[in-house]
Amino acid sequence: MRTPSGPGSAQQAPGRGPVRSGPPETTRTARQHAPITATGLIVKVILLGLVAGIAIWAAFPLIAAKLWVGLAVLVVTTVGLGYLYLTRRHIPAKYLVPGTIFLIAFQVFPVLYTASTAFTNFGDGHRGAKDDAIVAIGSSSVKQVPGSAEYTLAIATTGDPATGPLVFLVTDPSTGTVSAGDSDGLRPLDAADVTVTPAGKVTAAQGYTVLNFGQASVRSQEITDLVVPTPGGALRSNGLSRAYEGKAIRAYDRSCDCITDSETGRTWTADGTVGAFVAADGERLAQGWQVGVGLKNFARVLTDPNISGPFFGTLLWNFAFAIGSTGFTFGLGMAIALALHSPRMRGTNLYRVFLILPYAMPSFAMLLVWRDMFNTDFGLINNLFGLGVDWFGEAWSARVAVLLVQLWLGYPYMFLVATGALQAIPRELTEATSVDGASPWQSFRAVTLPLLLVALSPLLIASFAFNFNNINAIWFTTEGGPFAPDNPTNGATDLLITYTYRLAFGAQGAEFGLAAAVSIFIFAIVATVSAISFRRTRQQEEVYS
Amino acid sequence: MRIRTAGVVTVLGLALAASGCGGDNSNDEPATKATSPAAGGKLVIWADDKRTAALKPFAEKFGQDNGVTVEVQAVSKDLQTNFVTASQQGSGPDVVVGAHDWIGNLVQNGAIDPVQLAAAQRSSFNETAIKAVTFNGQLYGVPYATENIALIRNTALAPEAPKTIEDLVATGKKLKADKKASEILCLQSGQNGDAYHVYPLYTSAGGYLFGTTANGDYDPKDLGVGKPESIEAFKKIGKLGEKGDGALKRSITGENSIATFTGKKCAFLVSGPWAIADAKKADISYDISPVPGFAGGKQAQPFVGVQAFYVAAKGKNKALAQEFVTNYVTTPELAVALYQAEPRPPALTAAFDQVKGTDPDLAKFSEAGRNGQVLPAIPAMAAIWDPFGKAEAAVIGGADPAKTVTAAGKTISGQIK
Repeated sequence: MRTPSGPGSAQQAPGRGPVRSGPPETTRTARQHAPITATGLIVKVILLGLVAGIAIWAAFPLIAAKLWVGLAVLVVTTVGLGYLYLTRRHIPAKYLVPGTIFLIAFQVFPVLYTASTAFTNFGDGHRGAKDDAIVAIGSSSVKQVPGSAEYTLAIATTGDPATGPLVFLVTDPSTGTVSAGDSDGLRPLDAADVTVTPAGKVTAAQGYTVLNFGQASVRSQEITDLVVPTPGGALRSNGLSRAYEGKAIRAYDRSCDCITDSETGRTWTADGTVGAFVAADGERLAQGWQVGVGLKNFARVLTDPNISGPFFGTLLWNFAFAIGSTGFTFGLGMAIALALHSPRMRGTNLYRVFLILPYAMPSFAMLLVWRDMFNTDFGLINNLFGLGVDWFGEAWSARVAVLLVQLWLGYPYMFLVATGALQAIPRELTEATSVDGASPWQSFRAVTLPLLLVALSPLLIASFAFNFNNINAIWFTTEGGPFAPDNPTNGATDLLITYTYRLAFGAQGAEFGLAAAVSIFIFAIVATVSAISFRRTRQQEEVYS
Repeated sequence: MRIRTAGVVTVLGLALAASGCGGDNSNDEPATKATSPAAGGKLVIWADDKRTAALKPFAEKFGQDNGVTVEVQAVSKDLQTNFVTASQQGSGPDVVVGAHDWIGNLVQNGAIDPVQLAAAQRSSFNETAIKAVTFNGQLYGVPYATENIALIRNTALAPEAPKTIEDLVATGKKLKADKKASEILCLQSGQNGDAYHVYPLYTSAGGYLFGTTANGDYDPKDLGVGKPESIEAFKKIGKLGEKGDGALKRSITGENSIATFTGKKCAFLVSGPWAIADAKKADISYDISPVPGFAGGKQAQPFVGVQAFYVAAKGKNKALAQEFVTNYVTTPELAVALYQAEPRPPALTAAFDQVKGTDPDLAKFSEAGRNGQVLPAIPAMAAIWDPFGKAEAAVIGGADPAKTVTAAGKTISGQIK
């Protein structure tokens, strides 16, 4: 906390003026005042070396994936960092750049990525590109040709085991004949030229090198890709020791941009607006791809009655929850801090240790313990007080219960920060008020609380923003419940985040696009509230500092 | 001075960077060596914690026998989601082990490929298990264990297996009146319900989830929730609820149901093979029988789930993965080892017969699941769990079944694409 005697922000700005107006002098003085020390040099070398090392480590996958834009960003950033810290100029930038890079990497980029996802249909069934979907449709339709034989397979080559062209040596179990197959087709081999085990596996063949499992497994991709054409379909490997005659029932046809089923003759035409192959009767193939859908996700949030209907009720409770969680924890934390701040209080350190205990326990586990404590028949709370309250079964008792849990989990933090802030308030101020005849309550209202709030307002705003999206507090206790019998999508303790989590991930597979659109709405709400509060805090600071 | 500093920094920085490179190179070396005949390809398997431990020795043996490296990696949380995401990015495994109801979602994301089993291999498995891993007419995984729930009862409190739910409630009520137990039945529900555990009662009362198409697959367009049959079923379930017999209660949750049973506070528990270890530890004399149905109702059908091995569509070593899944997972030894890691009935008939003699519970669970229904693997099933469970909880709490189930049906159909 700034001491109240410090200069106001209005006076600071002109104070910086001369510094900025004369950069040559400042750099020279800086050079004179900051001799290069061995420690400084070593730290610099290690940090820059780490940057270079990380950059090189990151460059290989980028090159492998042919992500040239990413590579360019990497090179520019690394070179820029090297230049910045090797030159003696740009002193302010040296302080600002690391923070800025982290800000971009961990704040700006995720927000932009979320925003860009919101304009797509990214989700289960629409994860990859169209080509991936076509491949998936084709390979999942491969069926064994009815009545065809199961062959015993050996992988062989006519050249070097590691690089030579691959050949399938297949044994027909019924006839015992061995054939060699490659992409040109099957040709029978002379029985005298091959050695076959009783199980039918070829172990040696004239003119071929038979690969063992180890050798073959290295060339797995080539083996999977090798398809030996046969009259009925194609011979494919099934693992490394068996082959079967299979046929892809569904194939992509570029001319009509559609998938055709050769058994039924049905066709599914690609629909670029939904990212799926759709039949004439509206049936979709499950394997779709990711496409841009424009504002559809946003429109759905606003127009779908399932989403927009309970939106405002949920929003209201969401505010109540965030304000309640922050307010009650602050109230209790501050009250205890004030009590322990009293000079007449004894054994304060012991009390402090006990009070911080809840803060030291993992909140995940504590939330689950609390959930069980609120159980109607077996829970500690009802048993202890001889109650029969159906805590999580009634809307208001569930709301009270989650706020109680929040209070227990959160007050130690508020107690800690309030204790710190209280110690920074000079006792003379409160003493002065008592000399002036103010009651302790008046002195608290007029002096201590405003000064505390000046120091703690940013923390309270941060706590509000955190609790506004505190998915764990709800998900691990009530899961958003209780739910009205006629509405299983929206419960009495649902926050916007738990509610949309259920919508986006509870249905038929995850819908990241929709989830991203909702997070942008939530982001806008939290940002607006925080901006307004920060503005008000600043006004307050100007009054009290 | 200034130039010298810059020079020192650059040189040292480059040296460090070069050492970073060196690290990369040294990592690459074994990979280049791998082309030599001594070291073969690498197979990566993802499984949950328990199965990882059981798989490891077998995977290592498979690796040694065939001159390849097998890595079993434990993914303790959200295996399915992690697998889909990783396989999309090209960093997924070659083989994944998981429940059969993942198949619908894995297929729509192009994450797994069908497997081809020879007719003889196919017939060595339990028929239900093969049916469970068949999706859209294709076999997508090799099953290794089945699981279903049954009625586990404390024979000291309830010596006779109840023939109907009404019998069970009568026995339970009597035990409660005699202060021998505090609950009639431990069937987990919680505040938001549990569709999996209540499903036998729902089917016995006449409800269904999905109709079936001509070829026997579940049909997402024929949704049974919200239909008159489901309302009737929920009416019967509601009569067992808090405002009725008090046999079904929202306070009995997944966390406390088994503990309440082993604490001898209820004589009947509806649960799966995973509850047996706790019952044995608590030294309870128990017996296992099928979940009874309503008197005069249909048969109570539990869900039958299957655990299976899948071949990843985007794995780097698909040929080896197929080899492992189709020719190695189909051996009884592995199935028995996996059974020993966690006692679920093996899907391989030979393995089942092998362990049946030493574990009488196994046959009883299997018997309880004989008339079970394969848990639907279609993606639409994901939309059922949450609304169905909540409808169950609401009805148990005394809500109007017609209104509740209609709303649940509407929500579910709205979420099915």
